[in-house]
This record gives sequence, C-alpha cells and structure tokens, in this order.
Amino acid sequence: MLKRCITAGLAATALAASTLWAQGTEISFYYPVAVGGPITKIVDGLAADFEKENPGIKVKPIYSGTYQESIVKALTANKAGEPPVISVLLSTDMYTLIDEDAIVPWDEMIRSDPDRAWVKSFFPGFMENSQTGGKTWGIPFQRSTVVLYWNKELFKEAGLDPNKPPATWSEMVDYAKKLTKKDASGNVSQWGVQVPSSGFPYWLFQGFTTQNNVILMNKEGTQTFYDHPAVIEALGFWVDLSRKHGVMKPGIIEWGTTPKDFFERKVAMMWTTTGNLTNVKTNAKFDFGVAMLPAGKRRGTPTGGGNFYLFKKSTPQQREAALRFVRWITSPERAAQWGIDTGYVAVRADAWDTPLMTKYVQGFPQAAVARDQLQYAVAELSTHDNQRVTKALNDGLQAALTGAKTPEAAMKDAQREAERLLKAYRK
Amino acid sequence: MKNRVAAQVHGWLLLLPAAVLLAAFTHYPAVATLWNSFYSTAKPNRPSAFSGLDNYREMANDPVFWQSLTNNLWFALGTIPVSIALALLMAAWVNGKLRGRAFLRLAYFVPTVLPMIAVANIWLFFFTPQYGLLEQLTGLIGVPNQYWLGSRETALGCLIVVTVWKEAGFFMIFYLAAFQSISPALYEAAALEGAGRWTVFRRITFPLLMPTTLFVLVNAVINSFRLVDHIVVMTKGGPDNTTSLLLYYIYEVAFKFWDAGYASALTMVLLVLLAGAAILQFGFLERRIHYR
Repeated sequence: MLKRCITAGLAATALAASTLWAQGTEISFYYPVAVGGPITKIVDGLAADFEKENPGIKVKPIYSGTYQESIVKALTANKAGEPPVISVLLSTDMYTLIDEDAIVPWDEMIRSDPDRAWVKSFFPGFMENSQTGGKTWGIPFQRSTVVLYWNKELFKEAGLDPNKPPATWSEMVDYAKKLTKKDASGNVSQWGVQVPSSGFPYWLFQGFTTQNNVILMNKEGTQTFYDHPAVIEALGFWVDLSRKHGVMKPGIIEWGTTPKDFFERKVAMMWTTTGNLTNVKTNAKFDFGVAMLPAGKRRGTPTGGGNFYLFKKSTPQQREAALRFVRWITSPERAAQWGIDTGYVAVRADAWDTPLMTKYVQGFPQAAVARDQLQYAVAELSTHDNQRVTKALNDGLQAALTGAKTPEAAMKDAQREAERLLKAYRK
Repeated sequence: MKNRVAAQVHGWLLLLPAAVLLAAFTHYPAVATLWNSFYSTAKPNRPSAFSGLDNYREMANDPVFWQSLTNNLWFALGTIPVSIALALLMAAWVNGKLRGRAFLRLAYFVPTVLPMIAVANIWLFFFTPQYGLLEQLTGLIGVPNQYWLGSRETALGCLIVVTVWKEAGFFMIFYLAAFQSISPALYEAAALEGAGRWTVFRRITFPLLMPTTLFVLVNAVINSFRLVDHIVVMTKGGPDNTTSLLLYYIYEVAFKFWDAGYASALTMVLLVLLAGAAILQFGFLERRIHYR
C-alpha cells in the first residue's frame, strides 16, 4: 500500500512538473451546502489534499450558501465578469446556465481514452440531467433520489411485517390505513404516510408521475407534458391520499419538518431525499427501514442534487486544472468517502466496489437502497426558463393539494403557462 | 460678498458626501430601474431591446402579480394597526410603576433584536401540525388539529402574526420615549379638573403622541412592503402563491427567473406605492399633527 502511494505520488509529481501549471494556476470553486454535517470542513480538506498531490494548482473553495443562493451568486459574478472557474450547482440549472451563456461543455477537454472512460463511469441515471444536445455540461457530484423511510416499531404495533415495506401504490395505501391512528374525538395522532409539498413539490411529484409511467418534459427541455392524462391521474392519487383515503395530513406539508414528524412518530412512512439518511440515522430513536418508492405501473424516482459546471470565462490552463481536480474528486475512493460522509449517492458504480464502501454497506445496508433504485431513476424536471416553468407546476400542485382546483384544472393551467414560456425556445 | 460665497461652498462641501451616496445608491438605481422597465430582458439569441410598455402589459395580465399585490394589501392591513395598537398598549403598561419593569421592557424588545431568519425558523416549529407549540396549546382545550402554514385560509394570517410579534416591540420603544417626554404638569392639571382616565388619554396623551405615531406609521407601512425574510423560510410564497408578497415576487422574478426587465417594472410599482404612501402621510397627516 505504502509503495503504491509513493509510486502514485511520484507519478503525480512528474506529471505536474511537466505541465503548464507548474508556475501556479488557481481555480476558484463555488459550492453550496444543502444537507447537515461539517460539509465546509470536508471540502476544505479535499482541496488541501488535492493541492498536496498536485503542486502548482491552487484550489480555492468558496462556500456560497444554499443551491438557490449559489446560482444567484455564480450568475451575478458571471455578469460582473468574474465567475468562479467551476461551481457545484443544481443539475436542473443546466439549461439556465446554457441560456445565460455562462458555461462550456466538458467535451472539448475530454480528449484521451481514460477521459472518455471517466465520463462513461457515472450512473446513466445521473447523466440524464447532465447532457443535452449531445454534449456533457455537468459532472455528477452530490446527487440524490427520493426514497421511502419507514418506522419498523409502528409497523409492528399495527400488525404489519416490520421488514416488509410497501412495494406498490395499493400496498402503501393499505398499510397507511392500518398505520393511521385517531383518538376518541377524531383527531389524528399518527398519520400513515407523508409526502412533503412545500417549496419544491414538483420533485416528489415526479416520483408519482414516473411510477405512473409518464415523463414530464422532452429531452431538449423545450416542452412539458403537465396535462397528460397519466400526469393528472398521478396527481389524483397524491391528492386522494388525504382527501379520499385519509392517511396523509391535508394541505401543504412542510419539507423541512417532515423528518422531525418522523422522529416524533407522528408519521409512520415518509418520502424524502436520500440526503437525509445520515440525519435519520442519527436522530431516529427507533428501528427504521429505507426502501425504494412503491411502484404504480412501474418503479420510479427523479434524481436530484448538484453537478460540477465549468464556466466560460476561464483560461485554458484553468480549464485543464479544473478537469484534473474534478476527475480527482470523483475518483471511486473519493466518491465513496463523500457519499459516506454526506448521505449522497456515490455517483459511479465502481465507487460501490471499493473496500471502504463495501464495508460501510455491510454495517448499514440502508445506504445501498438509493443505488439499487437508480436503475428506475429519471431526469429531474428541467427545461429552458427552468424556474418559471417549474413554478407553474408547483403552483398547480399546491392548488390541487389544498383543494382550490381539481387535479385536471390545475394541470391544464400549469401546462398553458409552461407552453407560453417555452414557445420561444422551439424553432 | 466673498464671505457668503465661501459659506455657500462650505455648505455644499459638507453636503457632498451624503449627496454622492444618495445619488449613487438611491437616485441612480431608481432611475435605472425605470429605464430598464421599458426594455426586454436579454436572452442569448435576442439581445435586450426597447419594448415600450410590454413589461407593464405583461404585468396587467399576470395573475401572480395581482395576487401578490392583494396579499400585500391584506398583509399591510393586518400588521400595521395591530402592531401600532399593541406597541402603544405595551408602552403604556411598562411606563407605569410596576415590579420587574426593566425585565418586561427587555422581554418586549427581544423580538426586534433577533434576526428575522432565526425568528422564522422558530415560528416554523410553533406552527408545526400535531406537536408544534400552538397545536399543543389548542389541543389542551380540545380544538381539532390545524394545518396553519399548509392551508390557504390560515397561511397569510400566520405570517401576519409573526410580523406583528416582531415589530410591536420596536415601536414600543418609540412610544416609551414619547410617554416620558410628556410633561407631568398636564396630568396634574387634568387631575385638578377631575378628568376621567379615558378623557386624559383622548385629550392629552394621544394628541401629544401623534408625532411618534406618524413616525411609527411610516415605518410600519414601509416594513409591510419590505419584510419578506420570513416568507423565504416559512412558506416560499406557497401554498399556491397565497403568501407571496410583492417584494418576494420581485425577488423571484429577478433572481430565480432572471427576468430583469419584468422585475424592473414590478419594482416601479412598489416604488410608486411607497412614494404614494409617503406623500399621503407627510403631506396630509402631518398637517393635522400637533408638534411642540
């Protein structure tokens, strides 16, 4: 092992010495923090490790707030003429960044066979949101999917098999009915299931639509299918969880307090991101399970999370150095370590074969569920004028969930708005 | 003569730093915003172009804009009178001689000191269904579960409550200062005349507090259009835009949709609204106020 390290170190030094950046190239790097844990410390540590192995390149990580704040900062800096060299931003920001002419595809940097193999090494599910028009604009880094967490103790109390999560929609409804508890005055003290709907309900809704075997947008990001009958049907199912079946609390359910509801045993099953895994592991005072989302016509979930983007206003040396850094940080061992530290899904298959990851999964099998679900994953909703087109859907979903509109009317309105916005991009 | 010119120059020089700041950070942006509102937003395939009143026409047809505006008026109507009345009441109380007065004053003032984001996060848990503080209290008296932030009927009301809670203490401080500047001789005279408490308040205290009330009112109006931090934390404008206020919508259009032209047009509306309110307050109300 030691010998290998030294050899690798020597090789790296030799390479570094022979290339352009020996005189010192600096790459600035914006990153958001969207999950709990000492993320800033981990990132600073990674940058320091990289610098040690690659003398001559300086990596300057800059914490830039939430995802939303990060894109605001990156685009504002870009307009002011001083964007970062690379940045981790939502995979769904791809079209926005292209439309703002802020980024370049990674393709022109990728010339050698190992480089090409590297791009192919990521899970295809994650690449769906990273490529368009035959080019690769984003490199998957901190990615997630939606999974179902369930409370095994409450399952046992309700007379259900604690080790068998619901596999289909109808099973989820049946279980949830058994898990919903009412007190004498008709107040619900424990709900069966909870799917949050505040802020970005479209993301969880994509679970329902994918399971109902329908997609929400085309590959070019220029058309949405919000009013497709199967989409309306999927929304009907979501609405019925509280309206018809009475197993989910009515109205809009807050994303942020959903894990807390779960810890407090106010809900027996919840849908939320795999990114919450470490949080649940630390805070749940009971035995819990993690499962793939139940199947409708098929299984399905959207992916989510952040990619590396390369900004246009950078020098050729900076781009070379950036590629080197991104390749380094997404190497199997580092992807595995990052996944373990944060709860994100390690982005490539070979990361899951590393000794580090195999050992982790043996002790904590719940961690592998997100990986196994990836084969059913689809791209997260993303189009041109993304935030506006997505807002149209969010507003429609909340209108239906609060009973202001029928699912059909809500989705027709959302589609009309999306059509108005996207028409300009189709020609 | 020469002296007078020197005095003039001197005067202007003294004003210069403030004037430069004001021009650079207030007047120029306002004019630039007006200018931008007549232009379309640049897209990669079509650069920014003069579009006349297009942005304003789009606004007239934008249901979210109208909803945000209506919400904002309700929000103003809900926060301004209540927070001022509450501030007056609290000031009157902690102005009296009672034990633990300093502590009470501090307690009322604390919400003002806390950052709005932190406050909103705390309130988020107060409003949590089932086990939130509010639910635990209403549960004791047998009220059924409520979904405060999650339903269209109550969400805006919840934000109003948070805002009142946050603001009243701040306004209280001004009233407290005003109370203490009212001459005790007036009250003694009233006592000699045998005036009742209500008369004393109506004829002495309230009129003498009017300058403070105007100041507080101006601040309350501005804040009702300016405070949106808690929306970001608590509802993000949801459910279905029922808590979207004008400034929050401007933020969304400008920094989520990157539509600078339309955001400028929206900002002009906000500017005109606030300017209108200021003119009304200073032009009309001020004349009816007794200053010493």
